[in-house]
Amino acid sequence: MTRSEFSYQCYMLNKETAGDIFERIIRYSTADEVEVLFFGGKSALTRFANNTIHQNVAEENYGVSVRTAFGQKTARATTNKFDDESLKRVVQASENLAKVQHPDADLLPVPAGLPGERVRATAAIPSRHLELTAATTPEQRAEAVKKIVAVAAKHNLTTAGIFSTAESLEGIFNSRGLAQWHTQTSSELSITMLGSNSSGWQKANSPNVANLDPLKLADIAAQKALESASPLEIPPGKYTVILEPAAVLDLVGFMFFDFGGLAILDQRSFLNNRVGAKLFGENINIWDDVSHPQQSGAPFDGEGIPRQRVQLVENGAVARLVYARSTAEQMKKSEYKEKVGLIEPTGHGFPVPNEMGEAPMNIVFDPSKEPKTVDQMIAGTERGILVTRLWYIREVDPYEKILTGMTRDGTFLVENGKIRHGVLNFRFNQSLIHMLSNVEEMGTPVRASGEESFDMVVPAMKVQDFNFTEVTKF
Amino acid sequence: MKHIADWALNTATLRGASYADARIGDERSRALSTKNGKVSSASDSESRGIGVRVIADGAWGYAASDDLSRVAVESTAARAVEIAKASSRVKQHDIQLAPEKAVSAEWTTPIQIDPFTTSVEQNIDLLLKIDSGLRSVAGVTLAEANMNFHREEQWFVSSEGANIHQTKYTTGAGYAAYAFAGSEIQKRSYPNSFGGQWQNKGYELVQELKLIENVRRVGEEAVALLKADRCPEGVFDIILDASQLGLQIHESVGHPIELDRVLGMEANFAGTSFLTLDKLRKLRYGSDLVNIVADARQDHGPGLGTFGFDDEGVPAQCTPIITNGLFTGYLSSRETAHTIGANRSGGTLRAEGWNRLPIIRMTNISILPGDKPLTREQLIASTESGIYMETNRSWSIDDKRYNFQFGCEAGWEIKNGKRVRMLKNPSYSGITTEFWNSMDAICSRDEWVLWGTPHCGKGQPQQVMGTGHGAAPARFRNIKAGSAYKGN
Repeated sequence: MTRSEFSYQCYMLNKETAGDIFERIIRYSTADEVEVLFFGGKSALTRFANNTIHQNVAEENYGVSVRTAFGQKTARATTNKFDDESLKRVVQASENLAKVQHPDADLLPVPAGLPGERVRATAAIPSRHLELTAATTPEQRAEAVKKIVAVAAKHNLTTAGIFSTAESLEGIFNSRGLAQWHTQTSSELSITMLGSNSSGWQKANSPNVANLDPLKLADIAAQKALESASPLEIPPGKYTVILEPAAVLDLVGFMFFDFGGLAILDQRSFLNNRVGAKLFGENINIWDDVSHPQQSGAPFDGEGIPRQRVQLVENGAVARLVYARSTAEQMKKSEYKEKVGLIEPTGHGFPVPNEMGEAPMNIVFDPSKEPKTVDQMIAGTERGILVTRLWYIREVDPYEKILTGMTRDGTFLVENGKIRHGVLNFRFNQSLIHMLSNVEEMGTPVRASGEESFDMVVPAMKVQDFNFTEVTKF
Repeated sequence: MKHIADWALNTATLRGASYADARIGDERSRALSTKNGKVSSASDSESRGIGVRVIADGAWGYAASDDLSRVAVESTAARAVEIAKASSRVKQHDIQLAPEKAVSAEWTTPIQIDPFTTSVEQNIDLLLKIDSGLRSVAGVTLAEANMNFHREEQWFVSSEGANIHQTKYTTGAGYAAYAFAGSEIQKRSYPNSFGGQWQNKGYELVQELKLIENVRRVGEEAVALLKADRCPEGVFDIILDASQLGLQIHESVGHPIELDRVLGMEANFAGTSFLTLDKLRKLRYGSDLVNIVADARQDHGPGLGTFGFDDEGVPAQCTPIITNGLFTGYLSSRETAHTIGANRSGGTLRAEGWNRLPIIRMTNISILPGDKPLTREQLIASTESGIYMETNRSWSIDDKRYNFQFGCEAGWEIKNGKRVRMLKNPSYSGITTEFWNSMDAICSRDEWVLWGTPHCGKGQPQQVMGTGHGAAPARFRNIKAGSAYKGN
């Protein structure tokens, strides 16, 4: 079968077609075990700048990734071709790589297809495939951009941004009968409004394109650009900051790869010797929950194991880590086994083999007992900085979790409960541990999207003593 | 492959495109890595497909598909035209391309050893030998090593008559040792962070890197950092090694000279640039010693920005970017060249692969070495007081490329021309033009290395691209250092 047969006659690769391809791969393989991942989809992105659509793209691409195992040796090969010759070639490539590996004593057999004895099933997730999103046309995206440009023109601003829609699939089959399949749609709108010496920004995404409101986002971004015009320079130092959800997301995203068991085994985690410790403020409670209504993604991991709902942080204490199957077995045999709490596969592994092990990718913050809106936080602030968005965040110190980065696209001085003026952007050098220990108020968690981390359900935060170290020139 | 591309061009033209080009890409990659005595990743991948770029009704459209059957290719081209017509609903001006002579050409990265013909078993053995050597140093808690090969074959055909077949090879290799104790994690990498050194070469790169010879030193330095004194905070003269200077060039010269950023096309994500058009041939970017070029030609070396033609068929060129300290050039494309009064593109439009729209990317943005013989050790010997910093650890710069902060893996205090003590957590920060104007010495050709930055992100959807940066150790006067770690 060629790709054109399934993409143009059957619309999109589906579980049944993938099952047929998997059976062909099994026939071509001489390995003891075979695991096949399917991925890909259709995506389109309309990009605008200077009040013009200047780039406008669409893509359709599907791939199949074959992992073979001979005893304790395994390797992977990937192709985006589905004809017999290509499938034979990818199987051969995987087997050739696998056969020359050194045996890995920690390699486990592929998981069985029936509900595993050693893993708990997760709750069912809501459907994340919306036909309205999948059917969005270039003309519809252009019309939305036209409305955004009209908002910019009304305020004598210029606008830049993107409007994208996509449908994607993930599937996994293995030679012990496991077969998992997930499809979803996604849509995203990001808008920057630029004045002569200021800018504002808003971004949103959802599986359902109907949830995006171009005019509302454009209005907020424009308002930020107008209100931050002719920014003042104020000195760096420690300030009370009000971080909008996108800014929170881009900061806290830097710690979740450390919540994997393999990060502890590798001694590269800031949670080395800290699992169980009260690291953050009492008001911080964080879950990984793929079934949350505002989350997205597949309900299984890179080996097809159902994702559990896991509480990572409970009342400020590091409660649990997440585990791939192999990591859990290694941890149980390690010197750290008594120090890391419950050890079991949680369905957060990456496709095998890999270097990183696992990570929680569906982060949800618990609501505060007394959630405050950003406006209420501003109203209760004597002097502080309101941050719309952060940029170019990098880790400076991996154990104290000091991050550096810049504010961007809407940074304001708050005085006596009111936004007073836009200010020149700051560089920060801030420990995440200290930041999450100094959260004074939080908003209601919302699905947020930034640029440095994956999407999460996070609140706005009012944080004491946030450490700005330098000021830039705009 | 030309007949497949012609299906796309014919369809696009029939549907109303005033310009069309098609790129068919066939890519192959191999990634091998080890961690703490085991193979952590062993994978091969291949990808093939077509991307069709058109102008219709004065606006751009682009569509890509992994399906090279005739029905799919024609459908993809038709979709590109449909998208372009949708784009034209929101436009200020029609797209105009700078003229470029259409050529038929073949170009291939000169390599000595095809990396895909080398033994996987022997390569894994090499990585495990490195791994074992790193972990033989007491105090090393994590060892990682990697080797990567990439081959990209591309056919570019345009409605103007271009027909270019180009094959590029990239090889990368390196390793890192980590040491965790108490409340800190230290790291040393070789020959650079970001997976080591990357160049457009064959397997000969791996053989040239002296990987085994440096294992012991790298492991020992990672552990020694745990007990080293912390980099002091204050204003110092600093000397940067060539790899760190390469990244400094990338962030504070390479990105701000991208003309699409300057023109606002990247404002929503990558940002804009302080190098507004009025600054060309007027701004004193650096000291007289600063000479930086954007050079994609093979003569410049096997950098990740070396090629025969860019992804809209423009031959590789050398553009002077900073000449004796004066800002003299941007990175441009056929669409943007007219904005700087150029009658031809600078040849910098590149795409991550067949499925991505080509955008302006750095080629090899390199600082030229000093004319007078000067080694790194001579440079240190000529420095009364300062800090020598080596190998990048963290990097950050604002979205107009003014304010930057870099952290390095290791530093050494210099007193009276000698390294007197190792320093942990060295960092420095500044404002781009102030920094480059403070450069008062740069080493000569023997110390110059064409480094590869393999994972530069830009564009929406984001594309990852390799860029090259030739650099030699250089000294900068009165730089703010050591403040990054005050994050509590």
